[in-house]
Amino acid sequence: MSTNDIHIVVDDNGQVHRLTCRSGISVMEAIRNAGLPLEAACGGSLACATCHIILSEADYARVGAPSEDEEDMLDQAFGVTRTSRLGCQILLDPSLDGLGLRLPARS
Amino acid sequence: MSRKQEADIVIVGAGPVGLFAVFACGQLGMRCHVVDAFSEIGGQCIALYPEKPIYDIPGFPSVRGRELIARLREQAEPYHARFSLDSLAVGLRRDAQRLFVRTSKDEEILARAVIIVAGPGAFGPNRPPLAGIEALEGTSVHYWVRDPQTLRGKRIVIAGGGDSAVDWAIVLSDIAASVTLVHRRSKFRAPPASVNALMQLSGNKKVTLRVPYQVSALEAHERALKAVIIEDLDGERIRLEADVLLPFFGLSSDLSALSEFGLNLEAGAIRCDPLSMSTSVPGIFAAGDVASYPGKEKLLVTGFSEAAIAARSAFAFAYPEKPYHFQHSTDRGRPSASQVRQNV
Ligand SMILES: Cc1cc2nc3c(=O)[nH]c(=O)nc-3n(C[C@H](O)[C@H](O)[C@H](O)COP(=O)(O)OP(=O)(O)OC[C@H]3O[C@@H](n4cnc5c(N)ncnc54)[C@H](O)[C@@H]3O)c2cc1C
Repeated sequence: MSTNDIHIVVDDNGQVHRLTCRSGISVMEAIRNAGLPLEAACGGSLACATCHIILSEADYARVGAPSEDEEDMLDQAFGVTRTSRLGCQILLDPSLDGLGLRLPARS
Repeated sequence: MSRKQEADIVIVGAGPVGLFAVFACGQLGMRCHVVDAFSEIGGQCIALYPEKPIYDIPGFPSVRGRELIARLREQAEPYHARFSLDSLAVGLRRDAQRLFVRTSKDEEILARAVIIVAGPGAFGPNRPPLAGIEALEGTSVHYWVRDPQTLRGKRIVIAGGGDSAVDWAIVLSDIAASVTLVHRRSKFRAPPASVNALMQLSGNKKVTLRVPYQVSALEAHERALKAVIIEDLDGERIRLEADVLLPFFGLSSDLSALSEFGLNLEAGAIRCDPLSMSTSVPGIFAAGDVASYPGKEKLLVTGFSEAAIAARSAFAFAYPEKPYHFQHSTDRGRPSASQVRQNV
């Protein structure tokens, strides 16, 4: 473990996972690397909404609001909340250590 | 009775890598039949980013998705592949020498080998995760409107915020008994002229806008929709009586149609051997985004290389008695239909 490693907490519909990840990757990549179910069909190119994640309110304030392009893609997600983001658009850095989020319910 | 077709190779997926596989097979003298679930060839390049410039195709400092597909189509053209579009590959059976690929249009294509270039899966409508929605599809729930007259006099709920949602709200406002447009925010992603027209119709009460709301549940009775339940961001619910729901949330991809093929499907991809692009099923090869092996990079260039390898392997499998004679394209000369079946 290097000093650059950071931790995020992912709640997959009640199952809570604590992930250790490298600074510089996206939240989507961190979740996928951990083998958790997140489709991320377009590979992070902001062409789908299949890496939709929901942040805690405090963490949404830390991360900030989505860009207009990301808002447009979020229109194709379901169960969107006030703290919804696309995981591919959040790059992890040490300031986001401890980030908490949940995956939306699957059909 | 299914319709029968015959080819040397069946290619599942008409994306960029599938189109290049047609060329690569053609170079080896093999004729292809290509199947795609979508209504157009081109895969992600056409369905997701036709106007975006791509910068990492060798020899093309910049090329838009649409243009790359036009070039790949032109390059494959001399080999006269047959295309079955709007056709999902759903089944596979085999006898001693042949593989038979069955499509959702009840076509059966027999071939000596199959190359799967299915990307993240078959393109289809992005279906809202609502309990009971599948049972209503085709009767009360439609992802596209073929003939608006069939919706005359109906109470219609449209969900979504892009071009399709806005355009259909406008068109149907004249035909339907009522049109309610449900969207999660007040901004619509459509040309200003369409959004203005929508706002005018909303002012005249010909379209009811429900923003910011999302569809949260359906009420139905015997395959007929009764009501659509919508919810705002605070969980406040409204019940809208309705005959028809039109969800417009773009496309999604789904690999499950290939589950019958007996392939080693894991995490949305097919495990294969990168040296031959062979899968766990003899005679089935894979290339492009759907093919996975350690260190795989999902890029167009990688896919093109995999397609060339898969074609060579498919040739060796289909014609074990034929020697594989390597030739550069420069030596083969200008691609033409007469090259097909010359070698085989
Ligand atoms: C916005 C965006 C930007 C990108 N930019 C780049 C870039 O700059 N450089 C780069 O190298 N790559 C880029 N990519 C990735 C690139 O587009 C993909 O690697 C490429 O499209 C993969 O091609 P493919 O032919 O393997 O699959 P796809 O393009 O996904 O095509 C697969 C096709 O198979 C069909 N299909 C699947 N299953 C079935 C079935 N059972 N029956 C019938 N048909 C089926 C689908 O309908 C689809 O048409 C980008 C992707 C996106 C979304």
